[in-house]
Amino acid sequence: MNKVLVAGKVNGTVLKSNDPINFLGTVDKKTGIISDKNHSLFGKPLKGTILVFPSGIGSSVGAYTIYSIKSNDAAPLAMICKKADLTVATGCALANIPLITITDEEFSSIEDGIKISFDTDNSNPIHRQ
Amino acid sequence: MELTKQEESALKGEQGETMQMAYRVLVATGEATDAEKLIPIEWTHLSGVNYNTIGDAGEEFLSSVSKNARVKVKTTLNPMGFDIDNVSNYGLDENFISKQLSIKNSYETMGVTPSFSCIPYEIYDIPKEGTQVAFAESNAAIHANSYDNLKTNKESAFSALASALTGKSPNSSLRKEETPNITINMKIKNPNELSYGMLGFFAGKVGNTSVNISGLSNMDNRQQKAMCGGMGTSGTCAKFIFGDGGSDCEKIDFDEKELQNVHDELNTAENGDIITLGSPQLGLEEITELTQKLKGRSFKKRCMVFTPRTVKTQMQKLGYTNELERAGCEILSDCCTCLTPLINKDNVDVVTTNSIKGAFYLKNSNGVGVNLKSLSQIIEDETK
Repeated sequence: MNKVLVAGKVNGTVLKSNDPINFLGTVDKKTGIISDKNHSLFGKPLKGTILVFPSGIGSSVGAYTIYSIKSNDAAPLAMICKKADLTVATGCALANIPLITITDEEFSSIEDGIKISFDTDNSNPIHRQ
Repeated sequence: MELTKQEESALKGEQGETMQMAYRVLVATGEATDAEKLIPIEWTHLSGVNYNTIGDAGEEFLSSVSKNARVKVKTTLNPMGFDIDNVSNYGLDENFISKQLSIKNSYETMGVTPSFSCIPYEIYDIPKEGTQVAFAESNAAIHANSYDNLKTNKESAFSALASALTGKSPNSSLRKEETPNITINMKIKNPNELSYGMLGFFAGKVGNTSVNISGLSNMDNRQQKAMCGGMGTSGTCAKFIFGDGGSDCEKIDFDEKELQNVHDELNTAENGDIITLGSPQLGLEEITELTQKLKGRSFKKRCMVFTPRTVKTQMQKLGYTNELERAGCEILSDCCTCLTPLINKDNVDVVTTNSIKGAFYLKNSNGVGVNLKSLSQIIEDETK
């Protein structure tokens, strides 16, 4: 289901993962780089991307990691998930990172590396550039 | 979600950055949990206090937010990492102590009552039936919904803090009439607090937001707390509804086989190096009972007893502190077995406890072995 959890408007390039993300332990809180060797985004920086992933998993303390990467200027511009989990929802809310959920079909149709404009004021918030 | 004009204005930032952030958290939480509006709450209980769990990121966040943020309603909070009265006995490093004191200071600056307890329902008067509260500590949320006639979501540390700053919380499902689709039937004969803790742990795994529960006999305070603590540890479920449920409910037995499964998951050893009592922390009733049981006996090993500071003060006046210390107990307030930095695998191999909640975190976070025993068994085996 489409929901706007944190409102906002940005343009950027999609970084997509089909793996869920455990922000506590998978993301370096200073650099915003995925530090877990077993993750499909290993070594990639989240900074300045529109991060598309199924959902967050793991400890709710991960919300502080999202706040930290924003404070350290290493955060994504926006996040797009299939499922809203409280860790990512509250982390994005603390850090003021726009966050929406989309349907499975929409999730499948977004490819890694495409440029999109993202505006939660539009009834269809995602537009390919 | 439908917001009032005042809430919309706060979300736009017209009431300052702190209120804007608090409302962003409430709206994001409300959308994620299908709430249609925010409602007023009268009491919040915060988690996210122990430096061991929130780390540097949490400490930095609280330090920053406390510059402007002030709580609007009665706000109490969870245990931290140590008891300042005796922290020097436990070899904690300076960095831990100073970071923990910074967290304590941030909460106090915001106007939070420094209760450092996971049993707010036992140390404060319970408001009138049906009062809306926002409790982040899982065992306290479950106890409030199941035994205290209060209504709360199973809040996160962040939604509870946002509720404290705004006096509001999302109207999610646990605040409404719940009709769980599962009924658990308790089949264990002569259960003790350990059996009830395991029942709670099992219920948390099979339930979603609430479960019906049947087959319970009269339970004492310790057994009720154990069941709530067990449930809070294993899932997202936050309410027991006592009864058989409708005929369309799926019926599940909690029998000897299921009990054994939980036991095998959490019990990893047959003998402990030290004993811990309290997760949830012990209230005055349990302390009184423990004092009576230990008359003329003493522990053969170290035994750590966790209790709120208010109870520690009362027990000193009643002479129980002397009695328990004579029997070999170390009395600790402001902290708890759960996620304690005072036990680590460098100097402890196995902990004996009667707490399912404590066992789960000792095993998974502290990385030590766990030996589960009921309190009466602990006193029989471990004292002379």
